[in-house]
Amino acid sequence: MNAAGTLPAWAALLTALFVLIGAAVTLIGSLGLLRLGTFYKRVHAPTLGTTLGMVSILAGSVLCFSVLEARPVVHEILIAVFVTLTTPVTLMLLVRAALYRDRTEGSTDVPAAEVAEDLIPPA
Amino acid sequence: MSWFLPYPLLSAALLALWLLLNQSVSPGHLVLGSVLAVLASWAMAALRPEKPRIRRPGAALRLAGMVLIDILRSNLAVGRIIVRSREPGVNAGFLTIPLDLRDRQGLAVLSVIITSTPGTIWVSYDAAKGTLLLHVLDLIDETVWVRTIKDRYERRLMEIFE
Repeated sequence: MNAAGTLPAWAALLTALFVLIGAAVTLIGSLGLLRLGTFYKRVHAPTLGTTLGMVSILAGSVLCFSVLEARPVVHEILIAVFVTLTTPVTLMLLVRAALYRDRTEGSTDVPAAEVAEDLIPPA
Repeated sequence: MSWFLPYPLLSAALLALWLLLNQSVSPGHLVLGSVLAVLASWAMAALRPEKPRIRRPGAALRLAGMVLIDILRSNLAVGRIIVRSREPGVNAGFLTIPLDLRDRQGLAVLSVIITSTPGTIWVSYDAAKGTLLLHVLDLIDETVWVRTIKDRYERRLMEIFE
């Protein structure tokens, strides 16, 4: 890429810093997937990548392309909005599926269903 | 006005989305985006969803700012647990919180806030009893978590939506 050469030093440094922070945070989240023990604990780890990790990498992108094209480039905001709105839905689905499985198996590690209806799969 | 723009906020958001995607505020895109936004809001009206009422936009903005700071802080907290702790997640556990919030939109926003904050996950909500089941990665003091959710988020969401 030739474009990176025309980026002023301060912008290149800041962009690198943002991308590095985002990558590091996402890496720590992935490390959490490895280190945490149970399914419920593991679900917490990837949220690092979908919050601070994502925002930091997007900030780097906004800065880099705004400086390169000499105009505000902010459509990355849409990525942030859609990731923030969609990941919770997926995570909640996964957790509820796990809870349903554990409850039907009679696991004692999860709180028991308070109403019997919870265990009947929806028709 | 209400037949033409049944969901003004939705239409405005769609227009903003169109302009951002095209990275342009030229008259052509403004017209095209507006037409699409109005048509989409009519399609939405055919589904007849409950119309959310945001009573206090100022409070909503303050809540959004607070949530951003909380997400940043819990990122650091969860990161520290993963990297530093010898046995990460020993304090994890489930937590039941009685909620007073009943508004569906309010509950939806609360679930997004809780789940996108690292360290807490919304597990299930019992509409009949109004209790919420959470899983928390660092559950040392239950009362602190209950107070955080109720005072920081639930009270403000009730101000905004109820």
